[in-house]
Amino acid sequence: MSRYSAINLLRNALGGHRHWPVVWRDPAPKPRYEVVIVGGGGHGLATAYYLAKHHGIRDIAVLEKGWLGGGNTGRNTTVVRSNYLNDESGSLYELSLKLWEGLSQELNYNVMFSQRGVLNLAHTEHDVQSLRRHVFANRTQGIDAEWLSADEVRAFCPILNFSPGARFPIRGGSLQRRGGIARHDAVAWGFARAADRLGVDIIQNCEVTALKREGDRIVGLETSRGEIAAGKVGVVVAGHCGVLAAMAGFRLPIESHPLQALVSEPLKPVLHTVVMSGLVHVYVSQSDKGELVIGAGADTYNSYAQRGSLGIIEGTAHALIELFPCFSRLRMLRSWAGIVDICTDVSPIISKTPVAGLYFNCGWGTGGFKATPGSGFVFAHTIVRDEPHPVAAPFSLDRFTSGAIVPEHGAAAVAH
Amino acid sequence: MSSQPFRLATGGRIDRQRALCFRFDGQVYWGHPGDTLASALLANGVRLVGRSFKYHRPRGILAAGVEEPNALVRLGEGARAEPNTRATQVELFDGLVAESQNRWPSLAFDAGQAGDLLSALLPVGFYYKTFMRPKGWWERYERLIRQAAGMGRAPQGADPDRYAKMHAHCDVLVVGAGPAGIAAALAAGQRGARVVLADEQAELGGGLLAAASLIDGQSAGDWLALALATLRAMDQVRLLPRTTAFGYYDHNFLGLVERVSDHLAAPPAHLPRHRLWKLRARQVVLATGALERPLVFADNDRPGVMLAGAAATYATRYGVRSGKRAVLFTNNSEAYGAAIALADAGVQLTAIVDAREDVRDDWAARARERGIRLLAGQAVVAVEGRRQVAGVRAMRLGPGADQVTGLPARLECDLLMMSGGYSPTLHLYAQSGGRLVWDPLRACQLPGEARQAVHVAGAARGSLELAQALVEGTAAGAQAAAECGFAGALPEAPQAEPAPAAASLRPLWLVPLSQSSGGKRFVDLQNDVTAADLMLATREGYRAIEHVKRYTTAGLGTDQGKTGNINTLAIVAQKLSADIAGLGHTTYRPPYTPVSFAALAGQDRAPLHEPVRRTGMQGWHEERGAEFEPVGQWRRPHHYPRPGESMHEAVARECLAVRQAVGVVDASTLGKIDIQGPDSPKVLNWVYTNAWDRLPIGRCRYGLMLNEEGMVFDDGVTARLDQHHFHMTTTSGGASTVMNWLEEWLQTEWLNWRVRFTSVTEQWAVAAIAGPSSRALLKDLAENLDLSDEALPFMGVSEGRVAGLPARVFRIGYTGAQSYEINVAASHGMALWLALLAAGEKYGITPFGTEAMHVLRAEVGFIAVGHETDGTVTPDDLGLARLCKTSQDFLGRRGLARPALRAERKQLVGLLTDHPKTVLPMGGQVIDRAELRPPHPSLGHVTSSYWSAHLGRSIALALIKGGRARQGERVWVTNDGGLAPATIAPARFLAPAEAAR
Ligand SMILES: Cc1cc2nc3c(=O)[nH]c(=O)nc-3n(C[C@H](O)[C@H](O)[C@H](O)COP(=O)(O)OP(=O)(O)OC[C@H]3O[C@@H](n4cnc5c(N)ncnc54)[C@H](O)[C@@H]3O)c2cc1C
Repeated sequence: MSRYSAINLLRNALGGHRHWPVVWRDPAPKPRYEVVIVGGGGHGLATAYYLAKHHGIRDIAVLEKGWLGGGNTGRNTTVVRSNYLNDESGSLYELSLKLWEGLSQELNYNVMFSQRGVLNLAHTEHDVQSLRRHVFANRTQGIDAEWLSADEVRAFCPILNFSPGARFPIRGGSLQRRGGIARHDAVAWGFARAADRLGVDIIQNCEVTALKREGDRIVGLETSRGEIAAGKVGVVVAGHCGVLAAMAGFRLPIESHPLQALVSEPLKPVLHTVVMSGLVHVYVSQSDKGELVIGAGADTYNSYAQRGSLGIIEGTAHALIELFPCFSRLRMLRSWAGIVDICTDVSPIISKTPVAGLYFNCGWGTGGFKATPGSGFVFAHTIVRDEPHPVAAPFSLDRFTSGAIVPEHGAAAVAH
Repeated sequence: MSSQPFRLATGGRIDRQRALCFRFDGQVYWGHPGDTLASALLANGVRLVGRSFKYHRPRGILAAGVEEPNALVRLGEGARAEPNTRATQVELFDGLVAESQNRWPSLAFDAGQAGDLLSALLPVGFYYKTFMRPKGWWERYERLIRQAAGMGRAPQGADPDRYAKMHAHCDVLVVGAGPAGIAAALAAGQRGARVVLADEQAELGGGLLAAASLIDGQSAGDWLALALATLRAMDQVRLLPRTTAFGYYDHNFLGLVERVSDHLAAPPAHLPRHRLWKLRARQVVLATGALERPLVFADNDRPGVMLAGAAATYATRYGVRSGKRAVLFTNNSEAYGAAIALADAGVQLTAIVDAREDVRDDWAARARERGIRLLAGQAVVAVEGRRQVAGVRAMRLGPGADQVTGLPARLECDLLMMSGGYSPTLHLYAQSGGRLVWDPLRACQLPGEARQAVHVAGAARGSLELAQALVEGTAAGAQAAAECGFAGALPEAPQAEPAPAAASLRPLWLVPLSQSSGGKRFVDLQNDVTAADLMLATREGYRAIEHVKRYTTAGLGTDQGKTGNINTLAIVAQKLSADIAGLGHTTYRPPYTPVSFAALAGQDRAPLHEPVRRTGMQGWHEERGAEFEPVGQWRRPHHYPRPGESMHEAVARECLAVRQAVGVVDASTLGKIDIQGPDSPKVLNWVYTNAWDRLPIGRCRYGLMLNEEGMVFDDGVTARLDQHHFHMTTTSGGASTVMNWLEEWLQTEWLNWRVRFTSVTEQWAVAAIAGPSSRALLKDLAENLDLSDEALPFMGVSEGRVAGLPARVFRIGYTGAQSYEINVAASHGMALWLALLAAGEKYGITPFGTEAMHVLRAEVGFIAVGHETDGTVTPDDLGLARLCKTSQDFLGRRGLARPALRAERKQLVGLLTDHPKTVLPMGGQVIDRAELRPPHPSLGHVTSSYWSAHLGRSIALALIKGGRARQGERVWVTNDGGLAPATIAPARFLAPAEAAR
């Protein structure tokens, strides 16, 4: 009865749904674990899952200072795509996209990955060139990508602004049909449940306050629930990676900024794809519940407080109306912010660190939700083998000293 | 005029002399000025107004204000339609049209109610547990789910109305104009502070609008009128009715939205529809009141089940009885006031069902005086009727409130009023960073430690009594003013008669189900979340309150859980045997109530969405019918088609004119920064890769700017006008980036340097003339300007007059032709332009756009930032390593020194297609074989690609791995159809003219 399926739903309905087992246990922390993952967001939970599933390690804890998925995992706008520019990025995000395509079945938890397409709009000559460059690059990488003319964009998403008065007329767009959106909480919960089934201890309300070293080696952690010894430690704390790095005694080329998002009141279906515009600076999809999910910009200041400023919201509102004039009278229902960890080259860090046995996975910034399964997959490998997974190798910390950076600025003109 | 069967003959703040006609679901009804849509519907006996989100259950009006979860309508039609609008907040106007939502085919017979029957199969979170097979089918299931979900339909077409924004400052912002807020505004105003008093309702007064008590010896209504008159008479006080404070940001910055003309059929021409107030207050007083909580019992969602206070408000403020026979179900004494108000309005009170044993206070006495039957220690366990309450059943409540016993008593009624206590409205307080603490006695959250300059008064801090609210309001207002430096005598608080003594409330979070009846006990009415759902969630392990919220969707509706959140919290705590305080609470996020996107955007919509920057010559380009392209905030002429000419023909013509005669381009958009001070050369030495100390006065130099990574991010020509005075130019799109870059360094690292930067982009208009005849043309117009090679050599600058206008003339260019960039004051731009065209006629002068400019610069191999560079390109990649000085440091040099930047990289080369007519696509990927079987590593990409009319063939620039050493090699470039073969060539197809070297 513990597997999720239509049949079991029916059976449980007969029993008044009294017999569903807990999604994950609530264990007290043990004194020692072979591997401790710090951070119970999607990436941390995915790492634990793949460690247990593919590498046979069962003595794992995930430590989360609040509630699972309460960081950026539970705050993001869930755009999933793999149409990045560099081959290195392409391999990483495409690995992830392939995992997404079977994730609900793999986890036996419906993460509602909806491949409704991601449409990127071009408004200027420069946009056209840059998006077409992405399309050509993706095709050589073997990643699906299409260029749509303005007329084709209009047919694909008729409610876009094609009026003659548009400030930034739409001149075409790139479309990745395999891209889409997913249900963010379900990703955290699905990975947590699947990891728990494999014996991973998921420990909430457990904040890591110090990292303990012996010489150059990590040996454990101090937490709000006591000391925990660890063979290896993987840190996956997104916006707080700088704080944890400081605990370990090194610095990261990362800044933490608030990034805001907002939703409208729920509506009957009106938008059937994901629309993004770098120039007009907004991106929108419609959730299954009917809310328009709208990505806003990052505040320019550094912060750890999960709140942003009204100015960003105002800018997002006029960008939204510029793209979709018929959304003008709709209302913003909720707005919020997450703290995003942005690397100087806007690519992530999946890496060993100067401290032996300590690994960092961070820098996903405004766009790491889409990488959740892939990131966990390669990070687990990196931790177990103590050497980067081939796909993760270009994303090592030493790229900043070698200069072999993976710049995705062009792709990140708008946060997603 | 048809009758309004539930309208009282007298009383209320409506104007019975005038009738307003409105339509709901096509049916015509009548109401009065002062009504809301909800009160008018109730007056007409309309009980069923909507369908719920998931089960499509019939729903009626629950509340009388902002917290309404059920009565959501689609207001208006066509492009003015507004879905999901709370009928309880819509002011009635003549001709109003509203429609119910989320039902098909009709409100009364909604096919969606099948969901209610299947609800056993649709427990909370059912979608996480199924729809996974067959793999790849999710999108099909999803289509059905999406159809069933959602609420209203979006409007069609663009919004015809106007919106505005207002920036304001004040000493004291008072939010909420109930008794506490009015008292606060009076006190702060009397002390001389600049006060803003905002209230979301049309009429200021809050609870006073429906109160029966005396204040300072007058009726509440009279006192209110006097108080408002006093406030209006104070110059420094601003009253903002119909204005919701929706967001409390850092540094006492608040967002408020004023609904200026929503109460009119269409906004008059001189008024916006909404106005966004961005207000910075030195002190804030939150007098935001409290919201009554529903009780959670079986079928508590039936139309006719209403919050007690709402029923009282409808009777006393709107002159409407919400039923003929009523039962009150309560756990507190304050709600008795509602029963009494209804009884006094002529509604028959069947009974008061009170969860408390043995209630003996003033309220109970008053109820008994009116002969109302009191069932103490009992609870309503069942509601009869589906589309309309037809009666209720009450049973004895066990001591632990965990079971009900005895025989149910049937109580006849068509209205069930309920009250589960009151939750202070602390949304803004929480947004401000203030802590909320749980008060077990009053069973509510109260304001704890504050983070910002904010005070809370009245019901918002749990003081439900009028007299107390007035005292607290006065104190808060006076103190807020004092903290802004307005001392003065302590204002006296208005005196209200003391409220009847009230026994304390009995927390009752969940009424047990009776064995016989069962039923759904709703916690979140809009999202159809029941107590059973909360329990299932906690049983399944979703125990953090945020998990409960997200798993069950409790509190995620358009009402943001205003009525349900505290009940949710308490029921979860009860179920987990935890302390409510320990559970924390979900975050109160802005906005307090939903705000239109239009209001947030204000006037910033096309064409003011990014206002267009205009050069001095813009009008000419427009008149001349130029095709424009957006470049940053500018719109630059892309080309100037002649009648019947295609883009390609126009561009070719413009290019040839420059190569053969003379062309003129509006170059005013180039970024221009005036740099002055003795440390200017030092700055240039840092921000550019080359050396600047020895640049003579009157000469210019080209420079590259690198970021810390060593990557080119801008380029341009800078001229030395004097020993300590430089004129820097940047790319059109990069002007502000460069300005910020300079300022960031100056302000963070070069603190004591004597140098200042001034953006002068807008101050100069620039016409660049290019072509073999450019010198002759300029000569015709120049005064006091020596154009000889000695006086004004290539890369020189001089000052003089051109066409009689004071001008700075740079002999520089971007086309490889002989050229001059003539700078004049922005206001002279058009005069210069016209003079050039007139004088140039005999030379065949041709205006050219950005496209021709790009073709021309590509012919001679000049890079364009954004084409040849994309943040990943070093000077050496561009073949410009010679521009990097070796003797001195510069920004980006350390980045460049890293090993990967010295390994084999992509380098700028030219590409010549096999077929001279094939123009490669920009962004096309370069590969090393004639067949593309992905994934295939790419060698690089095409950065610029054009048809060169002058050369009679296509040209392209590309960044290719190790490209400089691969000259002559064959490569293939991806294009839309397939692959185009090409040969690697030098990155220059034409030598610049003699005079431009
Ligand atoms: C508004 C917004 C929109 C976004 N939109 C998209 C999008 O559309 N598509 C996309 O791909 N990406 C998007 N992102 C980015 C994406 O959300 C993140 O990259 C991704 O979710 C990061 O996952 P994570 O597991 O690494 O981090 P998180 O989910 O933030 O998890 C980190 C966890 O670490 C915990 N933690 C921190 N410090 C400690 C400590 N000392 N001890 C214990 N635990 C600790 C935190 O509480 C947190 O739960 C968006 C982000 C935001 C904020």
